Amino acid sequence: MTPDEEAEIRRRQKSRAIAMALVLAALVILFYAISIAKML
Amino acid sequence: MALDENMNSAVQTTPLTAEWRDFIALTKPRVMTLVVFTGLCGLLAAPQSIHPVLAFTAILCIALGAGSAAALNQWYETDLDAQMARTSRRPLPAGRMDRQTALHFGVGLGSFSVLLMGLAVNLLAAGILAVSILFYVLVYTVWLKRRTPQNIVIGGAAGAFPPLIGWAAATGRVELMPALLFALIFLWTPPHFWALSLFIKSDYSKAGIPMLPVVAGLRHTRQQILLYTFPMVAVAVAPWQLGLTGALYGLSAILLSIPFVALAAQISLSHETDPAFMKPERRLFAYSILYLFGLFGMLVADRLCWA
Repeated sequence: MTPDEEAEIRRRQKSRAIAMALVLAALVILFYAISIAKML
Repeated sequence: MALDENMNSAVQTTPLTAEWRDFIALTKPRVMTLVVFTGLCGLLAAPQSIHPVLAFTAILCIALGAGSAAALNQWYETDLDAQMARTSRRPLPAGRMDRQTALHFGVGLGSFSVLLMGLAVNLLAAGILAVSILFYVLVYTVWLKRRTPQNIVIGGAAGAFPPLIGWAAATGRVELMPALLFALIFLWTPPHFWALSLFIKSDYSKAGIPMLPVVAGLRHTRQQILLYTFPMVAVAVAPWQLGLTGALYGLSAILLSIPFVALAAQISLSHETDPAFMKPERRLFAYSILYLFGLFGMLVADRLCWA
């Protein structure tokens, strides 16, 4: 594997990790909001 | 076994991990737009309302369920997608993602959407969502698509579930009105897809998919488009005739149906064989999308007027 390919893999892994973090953060907010809505 | 061999020859090896954009592409976001819209309209047209957070969750689950079905469809059809110009740039045939990742993503997304719908909204909506995903993947994709020209007629039911799910999410029941909305999309699907399949017939033929124009010819397909248009229009107007909606929806349904019938009639009289000159077919395909958006939009507008 060339250094360029390795750098590209790292870049993709980083962007996927950021996307996953954003999805998980959104789910935390959603589950909190659902819990409040179900209590009303 | 033969399928696996096709996959290997059709798909390039994947040296790099897929980008997040490829996961989005795997959910067919453009198709999802119509699914989400009809689901939302089913929810808004229901006589009962639910908490906005739960309504948002229900629509999110419908979107995730549709995304899951699309991902599993592409996982199963990688070999077919690789053979058609329209689908060859998708993440799997283009080699930007490996099949196992797509399978895990599809199963995970589908399970999560059904589970969330069941826990946050209600079990009926979750049950219908599960049936719609399984119907699209198992009945349409695996069973019908490669075997019969009636694939999209029966398979069309999968795309007809969203308003039913939206209504069930709001009311916890299935009634006549959402059943009519289901029937409307069910009858709309054949003219919509057959119009498309007329001008991309060579793609389907190359991939060996038994779409109606490939199996029965252009003339028969054109007649079938017109034949399906009449019951579709009858079902579109039925909610008004049965007193389930007001005149705003009823008159809109009639007005929106006129160009649909006119284009279907024009197509039925056409003898064009060159896809480059199939303008009425292209117009009907484009208009059919606008038609469904218009009908469901007017349904909600009518409900708001009644309220």
